[in-house]
Amino acid sequence: MSDVYNALQKIVGKDYVSNQAEERYFYGRDPGLMPPHEPDYVVMPKTTEEVQEIIKLANREKVPITPKGGGLALTGLVIPLKGGIVMDLKRMDSILEVNEKAGYAVIEAGVTQGALKSYLQKHHPRLRHSMPDSPPIATIVANAVIHGQGRLSQQRGFNSDMVSGLEVVLGTGEICRIGSCALSSRWFSKGPPLPDLSGLFLGWFGGTGVITKLGMKLYPCKKIRDAMLFLTDKADLVPEVIRKLAYTEMIEDIVVTAQPLPPRFKGNFYILLYITGDSEEEIEFKKKMAWEALRVYFESKDGGFVSVTPDMKPSFLAMPSKDTTRFADVSKGGGFEYSGPIAPIDKYQLYLEKLEELASKYKLFYSSAARVIDGGHSMMFSFSYTFNRANPDEMKRAKTALDEAAKFALKEDGVIWKPNIDEQRMVMEKMNPTTLKVMGSIKQLLDPNGIMNPGNWEVK
Amino acid sequence: MHKYVSQIHRCFRCGYCKFPTDYSSFNCPSYRRFRFDSYSTGGRLWLIYAWLKGEIEWSEHFAEILYACTTCKNCTEQCPMKFAPDIVDWIIEARSDMVEKGKIPPRVSRFFEAVYGYGNPLKLLRSDRSAWSNGTKIYAPGDEYLLYVGCLGSYDENAQKMAKSLVHVLETTGVSFGILGNDEECCGNEIYLLGEMGLFQHLVEKNSQKFKELGVRKIVTLSPHAYNTMKNNYPAFGGSFELYHYTQLLNDLIEKNQIKLPQARIAVKVTYHDPCFLGRYNNIYDEPRQILQSIPGIKLVEMERNRKDAFCCGGGSGNFITDLLAGSADSPARVRIREAYETGAETLAVACPSCLTMLTDAVKAEDLDDKLAVKDVSQILKESLSAT
Repeated sequence: MSDVYNALQKIVGKDYVSNQAEERYFYGRDPGLMPPHEPDYVVMPKTTEEVQEIIKLANREKVPITPKGGGLALTGLVIPLKGGIVMDLKRMDSILEVNEKAGYAVIEAGVTQGALKSYLQKHHPRLRHSMPDSPPIATIVANAVIHGQGRLSQQRGFNSDMVSGLEVVLGTGEICRIGSCALSSRWFSKGPPLPDLSGLFLGWFGGTGVITKLGMKLYPCKKIRDAMLFLTDKADLVPEVIRKLAYTEMIEDIVVTAQPLPPRFKGNFYILLYITGDSEEEIEFKKKMAWEALRVYFESKDGGFVSVTPDMKPSFLAMPSKDTTRFADVSKGGGFEYSGPIAPIDKYQLYLEKLEELASKYKLFYSSAARVIDGGHSMMFSFSYTFNRANPDEMKRAKTALDEAAKFALKEDGVIWKPNIDEQRMVMEKMNPTTLKVMGSIKQLLDPNGIMNPGNWEVK
Repeated sequence: MHKYVSQIHRCFRCGYCKFPTDYSSFNCPSYRRFRFDSYSTGGRLWLIYAWLKGEIEWSEHFAEILYACTTCKNCTEQCPMKFAPDIVDWIIEARSDMVEKGKIPPRVSRFFEAVYGYGNPLKLLRSDRSAWSNGTKIYAPGDEYLLYVGCLGSYDENAQKMAKSLVHVLETTGVSFGILGNDEECCGNEIYLLGEMGLFQHLVEKNSQKFKELGVRKIVTLSPHAYNTMKNNYPAFGGSFELYHYTQLLNDLIEKNQIKLPQARIAVKVTYHDPCFLGRYNNIYDEPRQILQSIPGIKLVEMERNRKDAFCCGGGSGNFITDLLAGSADSPARVRIREAYETGAETLAVACPSCLTMLTDAVKAEDLDDKLAVKDVSQILKESLSAT
């Protein structure tokens, strides 16, 4: 194995490879509840060519490779289940192009959400990307690979829907371009009018190749952004409220929050909606449309808008939301994880009841944020539970609750988002057998030696 | 038992600690230098927790990760959790436990030995401490200020220039002050940060005793490091004095017209580097800038990362001697020099002898020493006064 270490040093330089216990420990874990498994090496390439050389080496030596961005999926997707090499891609941190006219950016694999946001604000203030609420160290590429969602997902779909091209190093070490960039210097489409091959890589967690460059669509960044808060105590009304708001086609983002504390939150559903505009008139008009859409509920006394006070606004408008991260320390334990099925919005009440039932059964603190996707075609419903990292029993209870939530969601028409390996098995068991066969064939074709993030999406 | 033992598991390793406020770059010096997540604050806290649980053994590499932290407090500034103010204390407490077990990197060990044996980390003779001072008055009861020069100001060639400039400027003001000369001893700031609490207490008690015997009430320090520890750590050991950093005193003297600025303009573009122990630790951001802006002809421009987002030079927590972040174009001081150069400034102003030393070395390493001068605020002020 020391031959591999020496070879890695030759590829990336001695400063950027480690086989020391400390790096192996850290990169063998994520902040979630999946059991650790340590890599033999951690390597940090700087270029596509270095990635290519590392994968060729791994093929020769039959060493597994697990690519890693921010490592914040929480479901163990960057834990190297079979050891080998963890490839931390954050040194590939160049924003290569922003095309204002066509509205896209081309970035390297390690560009963080924070870095792209900051760059656009500084150099292209009229453009933005769909920022998720994960911490700013999350990378654009990893978020697309897990089909993440962000601030523009209500209007534009999954963040992976906004991808406009890929450069991938395949499991064989070959470089492959996907979309318009396969035959042009422009990165405006990941598929159409060609066969859309991006699906061979998005959602695979690096199991079919390592994405080294990515085109991401950019959208208007309006001068003003504001938040409105609609409150109801009737869970059964939530899908209808979402549908009415989405119908206006004027809402940037819709997030429904439910949690038991502070006590005033218990039994209430806070529907946070965001409005953007280039003028106060535009904002006021959109607010009026949202107001009108929900007027029926004020009249029936089933809900109403709550005043968003100036002290609440910074927290609501922050991108990313630090409050999402703070949830980990609600019980001073440093941990939370969520099972986030993508589901039809009409399942909201059913999922919520299950969330509360599991919290009660396993004595856990819970929260849920349901983000509306693509005009209400679906939502990401998070079953979120906190745990104390110093309390193994609570960690075990949280894991059991999440496992049950995943099973429940699968039974109730949900599709598990960024599933851990146990959940992947559950998904594959339920999947149409021909679909599963196609997945197996793709994996075999693109990763013939089975070295790419092995353990994930392994079709038996 | 130290508090960190029961709290350190609370880190979620979310990574906010790596950034400045606008997320534009990486602002944790050791993460920026090494780029392994293990060298970020989150990495360090997880490794310390692993060490406490017995999941990893002590190693020199682990110790170097722990001591590569410059305790710059960027993480404290950026961490979204309620425990953010405690993070650096946890790291110091963990170091303290390692010191007690004798598990520290050799370079840190040599640092302690030098301070213990020589009263300074450079291992230079006590009898040479005042060699720079060239007749500067020794403090006597009745003087308004004790000028505490510190180890770098006393022994380091560049920092000595800083001390001489400050003395020169102060002597023109009529303010009564004096130095301790060869009786001066290490302030202990780095000793505290590196976790040698026994030696730190010894230094605090020795210094405080000396100050009290001399009737010292007001202390002005050359170094923000000394300012920090004397202001924030000494009182717990009974050493309460009125503390000023020299930029506070000079700014006050300018405002009171006790320093008369010349009419002559010295046209120069200057950018200012906030020292961590002045800025993030003690919230002193304006006074050094006000001094520079009061000098006719100086145009002050800001680096991308400034004030609470300033990027550490990499010298904190004894790293100006132990140098655990050296040896690369990604070393913090070299990154900072490039950032300063990008502003178009001809002079990089500093207010800390440690920053002066680190950044002076870095400007040479970047081959920019003929394009960017690194000077301390008092040197710039002195030059301006000499121009009249």
